[in-house]
Amino acid sequence: MLRILRQQWLEMVGLALDCVPEEACGLLAGPPGDTVASFWPCPNADHSARTYAIDGLDLLRVERALDEGGEDHQIFGIMHSHTHTDAYPSPTDIERAELLGPWHFLIVSLRYPDAQARCYRIIDGVVTEEPIELGPG
Amino acid sequence: MSVSVRLPTILRTHAGGLSEVSAEGGTIGEVVDDVVRQFPGTSSHLKAPDGGLHRFVNVYMNDEDVRYLGGLETPVDAGAQISIVPAVAGGSN
Repeated sequence: MLRILRQQWLEMVGLALDCVPEEACGLLAGPPGDTVASFWPCPNADHSARTYAIDGLDLLRVERALDEGGEDHQIFGIMHSHTHTDAYPSPTDIERAELLGPWHFLIVSLRYPDAQARCYRIIDGVVTEEPIELGPG
Repeated sequence: MSVSVRLPTILRTHAGGLSEVSAEGGTIGEVVDDVVRQFPGTSSHLKAPDGGLHRFVNVYMNDEDVRYLGGLETPVDAGAQISIVPAVAGGSN
């Protein structure tokens, strides 16, 4: 289960559209659990329509901001967009998830006129879909 | 030389919840090895089977990627802040 607010969802779709033709990406953070308290858009260091990468310094910037926030919020997920394919993890997504074990992997697909999102856990190469709960606000 | 090493969230569970640890070493490789020695649970996240750095991990010294400095052989500056960061990447390809 991943809980996101409607405003966060709109922000993610907006980011995905703004980044076309490149893939978009950002980090999901919150208190331990499944509720996204903050979404952190990040530049796609690959500047690619087929891959994304978050620069390590961007990730460090977010981690430091969360530590300084003093609320015990942590990065626990990643959002990225697929511009022309379904919202399902690619072999690259699965391979690169190796060290990110418990993270939520939210994929926004722009394949169809209405943006679609699906969320997964990828543990030891096994992909398991999890529901997304959209909250008000 | 003792330096401060910042751990990413995903490694903290293997290091007693600590976000920052002290490690000894004259090079980046020695510092990483000392982190693994102190917290063996981090080994599979930090080390490649050939003894090098795991391919999905980046190490920064004072916010500079050590790949562009000298890799694991990079000498550690006195008082340096070392940061270990997972490489976050993927895509639809």
